[in-house]
Amino acid sequence: MALSNVSLQVPGQSIFGLLGPNGAGKTTLIRIITSILQADSGSVLLKGEKLNRDHILNIGYLPEERGLYKKMKVGEQLLYLARLKGLKRAPAVQRIRIWLDKLDMLEWIGKNIEDLSKGMQQKIQFIATVLHEPELIILDEPFSGFDPINVNIIKDEILDLKAKGATIIFSTHRMESVESLCDHIALINKSEKILDGPKKEIKHRYRTNKFEIDHIGVLHGLDQKYQIISSEPTEQNRFHTVIKIPDDCNPNQLLTALITLTEIHRFSEVIPSMNDIFISKVSEQNE
Amino acid sequence: MNKILLVVKREYITRVRKKSFIVMTLLTPLLFAGLIGGLLWIATTEQSEQKVIAVIDDSGLFKDKFQSTDDLNFLYLHQDVETAKTNFSQLGPDGLLYIPKIDIYHPEGIQLYSESNPHFGVINKIENTLEKEIEYLKMKQLGLDQQTLENIETRISLKTLSLTSSGIKASNAEATFGTAYVSSLLIYFFLFLYGVQVMKGVIEEKYNRIIEVIISSIKPFQLMMGKILGIAAVGLTQFLVWVLLSFLVTASGMSLMGLKQDPADLITEAAPLGSESAVLQEAAPGMWEMMESIPFTYVMVTFVIYFLGGYFLYASLFAVVGSAVDSDADSQQFMFPITIPLIISIVALGFVLNDPDGQIAFWMSMIPLTSPVIMLGRIPFGVPFWQLAMSVTLLIGGFIFTTWVAGRIYRVGILTHGSKVNYKTLTKWFFQNY
Repeated sequence: MALSNVSLQVPGQSIFGLLGPNGAGKTTLIRIITSILQADSGSVLLKGEKLNRDHILNIGYLPEERGLYKKMKVGEQLLYLARLKGLKRAPAVQRIRIWLDKLDMLEWIGKNIEDLSKGMQQKIQFIATVLHEPELIILDEPFSGFDPINVNIIKDEILDLKAKGATIIFSTHRMESVESLCDHIALINKSEKILDGPKKEIKHRYRTNKFEIDHIGVLHGLDQKYQIISSEPTEQNRFHTVIKIPDDCNPNQLLTALITLTEIHRFSEVIPSMNDIFISKVSEQNE
Repeated sequence: MNKILLVVKREYITRVRKKSFIVMTLLTPLLFAGLIGGLLWIATTEQSEQKVIAVIDDSGLFKDKFQSTDDLNFLYLHQDVETAKTNFSQLGPDGLLYIPKIDIYHPEGIQLYSESNPHFGVINKIENTLEKEIEYLKMKQLGLDQQTLENIETRISLKTLSLTSSGIKASNAEATFGTAYVSSLLIYFFLFLYGVQVMKGVIEEKYNRIIEVIISSIKPFQLMMGKILGIAAVGLTQFLVWVLLSFLVTASGMSLMGLKQDPADLITEAAPLGSESAVLQEAAPGMWEMMESIPFTYVMVTFVIYFLGGYFLYASLFAVVGSAVDSDADSQQFMFPITIPLIISIVALGFVLNDPDGQIAFWMSMIPLTSPVIMLGRIPFGVPFWQLAMSVTLLIGGFIFTTWVAGRIYRVGILTHGSKVNYKTLTKWFFQNY
């Protein structure tokens, strides 16, 4: 998979969502960042320094296609992977115990990987990724194979790592985790970057000027410049209505106009989900 | 370098700890010893069973000439051969030898009847006795007296000695041939066994998908070299344990069989015997002497060198196969061309052992792909030093080359999943620039 002219800036101590449909080139990009592949042209800078093999200790990588040596014991396996990163034996052993304890896995330290459930193996894999306390953590679909409880445990750990100063690049197509975790996002499709920026800003950019209102009684006599997209009864004379306001109006004007017409129970802006933005951008480019 | 050592250690420890490794390493020499011991035991018990041969001598020429021994008891019968034949099973002998009236210049019609096929040794013994007796009779007719006949009789047992620069050594053609054959076969199995282990290891990492985690920490080449070296160490461990156990088992086995000898003598190289007279001393040709005629240390050292050289050469090729396929089942098509030179070596081994200094032997012991098996077949017969040096140099050059080529293909192969791989793809990977 070739990438063309993809340029990204990942701010430090943040969670950066790398999004894109299957085959967009996310994994290739990540493999270049982790020095598994060499880019034909261009470069990767880490804190202003050109990426080299010495940075390996500073990077933690959880690939999408992952696995462990089935016949190796949990503790030995983590120690081996940590030492390959360059960690010394004693601190590695100490950290392994701390992490296993944290994720409730300490009793499994002497078991073979093949005796663990899939979710437990994923936890071990996550520990292996962060054990050497890297500054840059790259997680490719970190939640695949986890049940909702474990997803939350891992989410908390990711937020904790960020709080401790790590920068996290997070590749996924699960938009709900992007909503809850990412500060910045970049969208890649067909080997090109099509969207990039802070999540809030992007959401702001893609706002639709639509508002949803829960109110009592049928809405009559609203000014023609407000466009009623839909209005549906919910329960007992209550209605759920979506209204689009023109660009030169602000929500206060709409609210003022509505107050005289109906009893308002809820008023909120319709914010596009990352899912909507993702789908609309990708299909826009594909056409 | 440090990281390669980590990989080496992991590869070594996980393999050596496996139950299958321990069982195979400890049991194989015992199995061999048991097999040889069993054969010897059968051979000795068979000998002690005395066979009875009934003799009907109508010619009258062989009266009392068949001497009974431990193995054979001759029983002269004085009755008609036809009655003897019909009563054969009641009589109870193992065989019935019938000698009709014969002309000593045309001795025909002598027959041996038996229910089961008679033993080769029995036939030999009877034929020898008959021939000797008839020859004796002929010579007697020619007028030679008993005294002259005894003087004519000569017995020679040829003692073979080999002339080398370090002096004269007792040599033994059978032992040399055997050592050559066994060490060639052994290295063939070792190259195969451990080469395939490298391949399986690579496939395991690729199939498990742990590969990407690891090569984000170390270079693919480091991983490949670490694996190859670690498995080499496993091979050497197994070889050393086998050698030690074989010596212990043979030594204890022989002392049990009454051959008193210090086992330590066996491990040290058979020292060149000081003077010719010492060599020529008449000694019973025993197993120890036979073994001492082979320079074991020399054979073992060259074995280790050729095992390592050949292994590095083949292991990197096997690593390429492992990196190119997604599962064991797909590996067949690529394994075939790798195994061809090994199989050719084994086929050619017969020629080489019969003519260890011939053209085929020379060239095949120079080509790196065939030299491990072929050179080990030549070594017990003695190889000029320059040939050995050249062969080893070529082998080292060969494995550096294959390792380099393998490394380039391997780094692409291990990350490629699910695509159909053929030789064109492999070439493309080799020239690929990342």
